[in-house]
Amino acid sequence: MDFTYDDEQQALREAVRGLLASAYADHDARRRTAGAEPGFDRALWGRLAEMGVLGLPFSEADGGVGAGPVEIGIVCQELGRVLAPEPYLAAVVHAGGLVAAVGTAEQKADLLGRLSAGEVLLAAADTAPGSRWGSQADGVRASVSDGAWTLDGVADPVMGGESADVLVVTAALPDGGGTGVFVVEAGDATRTGYATADLTRAASITFDGSTATPLGEPGRDLAPSIATISDLTRIMGANQALGVMQSQVRATTDYLTSRKQFGVTLNTFQALNFRAADMYVSLELAHSMVDWATMTIAGGDPVAVADAADRVGLQVSRSGRHIGQEAIQLHGGIGMTAEYAVGVGTAHLTVLEQWLGNGGHHLTRLAGRVDDHDLVDAV
Amino acid sequence: MQLELSPEDEEFRDRLREFFTTKVPQEIRDTVLEGRHLSRDQIVEAQRILNAEGLAVPHWPTEWGGQDWTELQRHLWHEEMQRAGVPIPLAFNASMIGPVIAQFGSREQKERFLPPTANLDIWWSQGFSEPDAGSDLAGLRTSAVRDGDDWVVNGQKTWTTLGQYGDWIFTLVRTDPEVKKQQGISMLLIDMTTPGVEVRPIELIDGGHEVNEVWFSDVRVPGENMVGELNSGWTQAKFLLGNERVGVAPVGATKRALATLKATAGAQLEDPLVRARVAELENDLLALELTALRVVAHSSDGEPHPASSVLKLRGTELQQAVSELALDLAGPASLAARAGDDSPQEGWARRSAPTYLNLRKASIYGGSNEIQRQIISRTILGL
Repeated sequence: MDFTYDDEQQALREAVRGLLASAYADHDARRRTAGAEPGFDRALWGRLAEMGVLGLPFSEADGGVGAGPVEIGIVCQELGRVLAPEPYLAAVVHAGGLVAAVGTAEQKADLLGRLSAGEVLLAAADTAPGSRWGSQADGVRASVSDGAWTLDGVADPVMGGESADVLVVTAALPDGGGTGVFVVEAGDATRTGYATADLTRAASITFDGSTATPLGEPGRDLAPSIATISDLTRIMGANQALGVMQSQVRATTDYLTSRKQFGVTLNTFQALNFRAADMYVSLELAHSMVDWATMTIAGGDPVAVADAADRVGLQVSRSGRHIGQEAIQLHGGIGMTAEYAVGVGTAHLTVLEQWLGNGGHHLTRLAGRVDDHDLVDAV
Repeated sequence: MQLELSPEDEEFRDRLREFFTTKVPQEIRDTVLEGRHLSRDQIVEAQRILNAEGLAVPHWPTEWGGQDWTELQRHLWHEEMQRAGVPIPLAFNASMIGPVIAQFGSREQKERFLPPTANLDIWWSQGFSEPDAGSDLAGLRTSAVRDGDDWVVNGQKTWTTLGQYGDWIFTLVRTDPEVKKQQGISMLLIDMTTPGVEVRPIELIDGGHEVNEVWFSDVRVPGENMVGELNSGWTQAKFLLGNERVGVAPVGATKRALATLKATAGAQLEDPLVRARVAELENDLLALELTALRVVAHSSDGEPHPASSVLKLRGTELQQAVSELALDLAGPASLAARAGDDSPQEGWARRSAPTYLNLRKASIYGGSNEIQRQIISRTILGL
């Protein structure tokens, strides 16, 4: 058992942190980039590709680097730390993950190679308007005629969908045949882009007889793979949230020791210090669960990964709301402003949670399984 | 980063699990697992079984019965005992005064006290807190005045847990009232059969007799019973309290208690609200256990991980929360708390209210949870 990073992993963290710092040294830069088109920094995306960061999850045969979940988690933590608006989680972890899980060798080599090189941007369209967090597609239907597939329906929200070149779409197969995964060129669908609460870009996408290519074996029900990739994305989203929370706790303690009222710094007041101490407790509990869930992926058991995703999802929801809310409160009015990172961090935590599955969702799932086991063991 | 235990650690754990579940009498383990009170004899018997196998004081120096284990192995030892319902070796002996004597005691003190302390031939009590010295322990006033080779002790200690069983008591006494309060304290070991020592029970809100006042009236203590230098007692006290906090998060026991509660809950486990409370607590306990593992995994170089302060704070909160769930599941049956054994109510339900009330202590002792928040905000966050 080992909860430490090796030298290579540390070096990766330093490299990613350094690169992100060049783009988002201060929150102003993040605010400007997220507020302008296309909502992220294409030059930075290119440099992430050159560093091999975009190809981390994919095998070398597919044009990637073949790194493990710990490495991907490190990248997500660093992205979270600076609230980077780059669609790493959406394009690489989620959409790329779907291609890697269900695509044929040729499809993987083509799409993942170009994704890793920064030549193509993917987005996963898997959510129907008004739906929650299932792996069944219920907003988009697939039809086949003479071996040619088309899609009809609406997917929304599609995170990273506004700028994507290629959409990876989950769709109901004909005759109740389950859920398939399809590739659609973005130009073959109609999309309306928008910004979420933290200025991350998403889109509403309408398919109207859109030409689609099945990923993997046509007509096969891929719901289990879709679910597993969603769980992996949840765990990586938890890594990203951890980075946000770490920044918020640090920003809050910095603020308490520098901001003066009544002629003294705020850390003169024990009521505030104790609340910061409780934020630290929440942060460390989340950190432990994130490390554990990330390591669970390496075990390769989808049932264990699903369980870990629920557990880390619940913990990060609890910790993220506590830390996010308290960070604003302890900052006071400045925490409410868009020009200050701490409140935007809370918006980012909110978006991540409602995108990937909120605390109530995970608790409901866990509550359904309480009599499946005697003890919950860490190892 | 790796989640699995190494094959050596896995074998280590299995060996302990086997020993704990086969060599410690079932009746003793059932008493622990069902949350009933252990008798003095049961506590002594269990510790002697462990000590005979070198498992009572593994964290002591090897010269005095300790084991050359890693932090992770110590953690596994502690968790496996709790999981099996093995009584944890008496904290006053194994975690408190033993390590202090091993670190600060004279050769004579070590030879005289450490073997019987490990074997629970001596039952130690703790004489630290006083009516006016709780969290502000250094404000203690019990005095020791030199008279020839002896010290004459006068004053009052309180919250002395299981003092009614005590053979000896380790105390902090004021030996210099003129200097800064931390600098005038010494540590004295006092034989509780000495004339002038009186133990008076304190009845707690759960109806039990767990803690006591200990009064000292002109108690004569040989000079050789001072541990460490004169007026160095605060150093020993800080060392002891630092050890006290480690392992004070009873993760394994709380997990076990929650699992037992699930098994006892019966039809109530169909209630979605009950299921949600159980699921949330299981998750909270997992997060705590993982944090404990992170702490031990990082402590191998001797430096405590900053997150260790989270363990006491969160561990006691969860211990209390599980007892609260038990109380709610018991409902009206909990009213039979002080009914006789012929009560038609089940034992766990009858014990639930006293246990719930008793465990309010957990966030007070061992450095109250507010003291823990103070440590976190000052030491870790720099506030």
